[in-house]
Amino acid sequence: MTSTALRSRAWKLLEMVTTPLLPSDYLDLVSPLRAGADLRGRIEAVHPETGDAATIVIRPGRGWRGHTAGQYVRIGVDVDGVRLWRAYSLTSPTSRQDGRVTITVKAIPDGKVSNHLVRRAKPGTLIQLDQPTGDFVLPQAKPAKVLYLTAGSGITPVMGMLRDTEFDDVVMVHCAPQPQDVIFRNELHDLVADKKLRLTEVHTDTDGILDIARLDELVPDWAERETWACGPAGLLDAAEEHWAEHGVQERLHTERFRPSIVVTGDGGEVTFSATGKTVDADGATPLLDIGEEAGVLMPSGCRMGICFGCVTPLKAGAVRDLRTGEITEAEPGVLIQTCVSAAAGPCDIER
Amino acid sequence: MTAIDPTAHLTAEQIEELGRELDAIRDEVIADRGEKDAAYIRKVISAQRTLELASRGVLLFSIFPPAWVLGTAGLSVAKIMDNMEIGHNILHGQWDWMRDPKIHSTTWEWDHVSPAEQWKHSHNELHHTYTNVIGKDNDLGYGIMRVDEDQKWHPFHLGQPLWNFLNACFFEYGIAAYDLELGKNLHKRRRKNPEFRARAKAVGRKIRKQVLKDYVIHPLLSGPSFLPTLAATFTANLVRNIWTHSVIMCGHFPEGVQVFERRSIKGETRGQWYLRQMMGSANISGSKAMHFMTGNLSHQIEHHLFPDLPSNRYAEVAVKVRALFEKYELEYVTGPLPKQVFSAWHKVVRLSLPNKKPAVKTPDREQELVAA
Ligand code: FES
Repeated sequence: MTSTALRSRAWKLLEMVTTPLLPSDYLDLVSPLRAGADLRGRIEAVHPETGDAATIVIRPGRGWRGHTAGQYVRIGVDVDGVRLWRAYSLTSPTSRQDGRVTITVKAIPDGKVSNHLVRRAKPGTLIQLDQPTGDFVLPQAKPAKVLYLTAGSGITPVMGMLRDTEFDDVVMVHCAPQPQDVIFRNELHDLVADKKLRLTEVHTDTDGILDIARLDELVPDWAERETWACGPAGLLDAAEEHWAEHGVQERLHTERFRPSIVVTGDGGEVTFSATGKTVDADGATPLLDIGEEAGVLMPSGCRMGICFGCVTPLKAGAVRDLRTGEITEAEPGVLIQTCVSAAAGPCDIER
Repeated sequence: MTAIDPTAHLTAEQIEELGRELDAIRDEVIADRGEKDAAYIRKVISAQRTLELASRGVLLFSIFPPAWVLGTAGLSVAKIMDNMEIGHNILHGQWDWMRDPKIHSTTWEWDHVSPAEQWKHSHNELHHTYTNVIGKDNDLGYGIMRVDEDQKWHPFHLGQPLWNFLNACFFEYGIAAYDLELGKNLHKRRRKNPEFRARAKAVGRKIRKQVLKDYVIHPLLSGPSFLPTLAATFTANLVRNIWTHSVIMCGHFPEGVQVFERRSIKGETRGQWYLRQMMGSANISGSKAMHFMTGNLSHQIEHHLFPDLPSNRYAEVAVKVRALFEKYELEYVTGPLPKQVFSAWHKVVRLSLPNKKPAVKTPDREQELVAA
């Protein structure tokens, strides 16, 4: 017998010993970060960055596969006893030696998870983790000239890139309401002092929102640069239009954080057929929330339409995509993302 | 159903007002539910696991009498915790709000021969919806006992103290059979029903696993302590069964608890539903440890009013509920465990004999009792 076969036999036997629990239920008591466990992490420190942002230092479990600069990770945090999942960009360089990673979180008004992480998270706390993912990353071949165009917390994935890879010619244009709101400001200014970065800060409280046409004056050679942009939808929409107008859209890489909600529909009666629950839903609330409120165990991840951690078969009826207004009708094999879909009439969700 | 209706003095408006007051109690707990509650259930679960592991470890040496006693006692308590405060309550969805897939009513499985899925249907759906409605709620006498004067006596009932005792000893099997509606399904035609067969298979699988674990694997692991360990696990299961049976009997059987006619729940309002739960359940008084070991089913009345509120909140809810009983001049049936157990057993024995005065029979009632 091979050693894997032996091991699986031994595991089967262990399962007989622990039934109806699994051996891992006991192992989790002593070693939640071990190899083979569900991926978790332990918060080891929380460093304030600005008045409403903090960097969280996390030791991931042994199963962590490592990330590429610019990627994000979904984390599950218990806030007031309720497990909530959100996605945050990784801000630590991939070369960090101590096995820890960091995310940097900006508390958004009424943001349950972000406020919890920035203001209340305690070292020692266990959180749930997913493997890092996302394709807002640097290419294999180094571009000669780079532009980072960011606003607010859109700086976080870019900071991961800046700390990870040095380029000969890097320009950054960053928007924040006031100087003290600029996350990583000291570190950015150190890079500037070392001539590793050219930085333009746009302080929107005094300068107003960045007019994308001003790029010509701020970064005259912007069109020649490989650009990574991250920030609110308005900025990214304007950038995409601007780059397209000049025929250089392939040089622009963007990352969107939140879906902009366009249309609200009529709602309807939603049946969660696997659980046998039926509830009324309005046309504006994501089916994920509707299901969770009804006590259905809904898979979820980022809750903003990017991770596909929430895909679920739509067995009957129709749903509306909250970002685009697009209607999806039930057909065999049709999966919907419950976090960005609302009922557009009665529907049946297989959960 | 009973000669005098103890709720007759309440007007329809009062009953609805009572319903609103109970809703308010519920809302208050839900608004306040949070981190502390989550920490509580997590602590109980890890304490249970630690205790079970330690007890099983001690039982490896159960050939030495002190180890046997210690291990058996620990395992009995661990099994009671798994059943009562943890399993029963998680399967009620009391902790679903945490959104932790490991502590969720859709994923939890307990150390019990009845598969969680089946138990949830017969207990959460049937028993909790139709509490104490004769012919609808099979928990009333589990289909094998006569629990109300109005039910027709049959010579079969003479044996009910014995059935009840056996049921107590092998309670988990009784529950599994009951969840399967075995009595009803053993008729030739029903036995072949594929849906029933699938459920029976699931029970068979669960029984096999549990029996293998308790009576084969762990004794084998104990080597020379094989037989003492076997005896220890058997004893622990027996203790757990008798304990849970006693607690559960105290929930609906003691004297003073009302039962209801099937007709009485037609078009029931929320207030009336609450009232039926209040009149159809009984509590056990006692210490904190007592409440814990009963899985807080000592607060049966509160549990029946709010089956999905976290169990650790029933104690505080009970104070408010009891005040409502007083306000509306209703009887809050409660008492210490020995008294309630005696009361329930007394009823079982009394009703095993025919009534002194025969019950008034109407054709309609006859039918209902046959269905029961
Ligand atoms: S939760 Fe990430 S796509 Fe829906």
